Amino acid sequence: MSQLALGAPGLRKRQSLRRRRGKSVVMVGLLVAAVVVAVGVLAWVLIYVAIQGAGALNLNFLTHNPPGNPGAAGGGFFNGIVGSLIIVGLATAIAIPLGIGAAIYLVEYGRGRFSATIRFFNDVLIGIPTIVTGAFIYAIWVTRFGFSGFAGSLALSIVMLPLVTRTTEEMLRLVPNELREGSLALGATRSQTVMRVCLPTALPGIITGVMLAVARAMGETAPLLLTALGNDLFTQYNPTQRMSTLSLQIFDNAVTGFQEGQARAWAGALTLIVIVLVFTFVARFFGRRVRTANA
Amino acid sequence: MPPPAGVSGGITATRTLPLPLKRGRPRVADRVFGSGVAIAGAIVLVVIGAMIIFLVLEGLPAMQHYGFFSFITASRWAPSDAFPNVSHPNPYGILQFIYGTMLTSIIGMLIAVPLAVGAALVITDVAPQRVKGPLSALVDLLAAVPSVVYGFWGIFALIPAIKPVVDFLTTTLGTVPVIGIAFQGPFFGVSYFTAGLVLAIMVLPIIAAVCREVFRSTPRNEKEAALALGATRWETIRIAVLPRSRSGIVGAALLGLGRALGETIAVTMVIGNAVLHINPSIFSQGATMSSVIANEFTEATEPFHLSALFVVGFWLLIVALIVNILARLIVRRGVAL
Repeated sequence: MSQLALGAPGLRKRQSLRRRRGKSVVMVGLLVAAVVVAVGVLAWVLIYVAIQGAGALNLNFLTHNPPGNPGAAGGGFFNGIVGSLIIVGLATAIAIPLGIGAAIYLVEYGRGRFSATIRFFNDVLIGIPTIVTGAFIYAIWVTRFGFSGFAGSLALSIVMLPLVTRTTEEMLRLVPNELREGSLALGATRSQTVMRVCLPTALPGIITGVMLAVARAMGETAPLLLTALGNDLFTQYNPTQRMSTLSLQIFDNAVTGFQEGQARAWAGALTLIVIVLVFTFVARFFGRRVRTANA
Repeated sequence: MPPPAGVSGGITATRTLPLPLKRGRPRVADRVFGSGVAIAGAIVLVVIGAMIIFLVLEGLPAMQHYGFFSFITASRWAPSDAFPNVSHPNPYGILQFIYGTMLTSIIGMLIAVPLAVGAALVITDVAPQRVKGPLSALVDLLAAVPSVVYGFWGIFALIPAIKPVVDFLTTTLGTVPVIGIAFQGPFFGVSYFTAGLVLAIMVLPIIAAVCREVFRSTPRNEKEAALALGATRWETIRIAVLPRSRSGIVGAALLGLGRALGETIAVTMVIGNAVLHINPSIFSQGATMSSVIANEFTEATEPFHLSALFVVGFWLLIVALIVNILARLIVRRGVAL
């Protein structure tokens, strides 16, 4: 309150109302301009990719592998799409149990400094450059077992883990304490309470978090360069071998300098954006249900 | 372990619990469960600790050969000049990468922070209620576009669009004595500046999301008090919203900075990857710590080359840790993005 009174030099300075109103219109206009720029850039990117990608995106693109020569026309990113699905799928399988487990610990069990430290460094891990994550997996895994799709999954799981932990934690905190108390009063143990009461209640929100993490992992390229490496020759279903992903193929073909390769890369970029947007929208749909349910 | 019986979900599930007390078993299961989730929680700490240790271990051969500080005092990266038995001068100088990372991030922040703060203010305080939701979803969507797509778009859409403007700047600002050196041409499209622009777009949604939470937490009664005193819309924002949000904005900017420092693929695609020295002009080609790793990692065949790249990674990790820790200390609970 006092801050408002003291912090109002603009009101104490004598200025005509007209001038103050004029200034307000200008400043608010600038703020609106900022939003227009942000949304405009989004539209520019999406429309540009859609136009460039639509030319080359067809069934053939989705069902064929790239030709051996990057300058040749035709072909597609089938092996990259398969690779992305396998690698991200495995990463999700690693990140979900660990992330949810960590969140359960933070909300239901953790007390004191240790859990505060975990929470803090979980947030910090979200901001660690993913190329460093890739280098880390290279050091502990690739140097021993070679480049492989699974190494890529390990790197992506480190990208996803803190995201899953964070959203699950927030959703578990929204579960009313009365539910826990009711369950415990009926004689359930703590683990039963968590597994049968807290998690099911928080489930829609947890799904949102997982899907957003999957969307993020789908687009990651840098850590995969150092782990999955890429493989343009054939479709690799075995994650112990080096694998291609959609993002890696976009990167490789975008910088080849061949127009045919770039056409494939645009189609790949459009495919990737569609996949990511679908995940984001579905996640938002679940997320909205959560919010209304807990309001 | 809890019995995985068919639980349809929700509160009704408590009915199916085994109510007769079996002493011992549930306790053991409970304890196992408790330690299980504690281990899952501790993994975060293990991962961060192991990252530091393993990057140092992999970088150790190069650090021992050339000396710990010789990397950050040289600005020439020339792997072909590296020989197993020569340790001076260090051909793996990384000062120009640190410079590139800082320069691109600063350009990105200078553009992104005002835009993000403006966008967040519109979403929380200016836009009509109905527009707020869709608008904030759209700004969030900027964060969903993958890095590789931004880089690709940057090469083919952004560079042609900014070329005339930059060419004009290099012939005007670039010829001014003293400060001209920072704006000199020729401009080939790929440059620090282009990378900074792409970074601005990529960190904008992150900063905006945190700012939104910060602005939303300003007390409603202060805003109403300002309006009741006759403040205009802008004055209300300036005296009731912004002063309380200052540290939050700083935290949000630091979070964005942390992201900008480590962004890799998009930057690699639009910065030109010139590794030999520090280029003073923002319109010249360069490289960042992350771009050089992405570019050379799988082709590092010279002596100590790969190890030197791990040294770059180590410094990048240290910088990113410091910035992120500072940011989180200020924001506390920001937004996951």
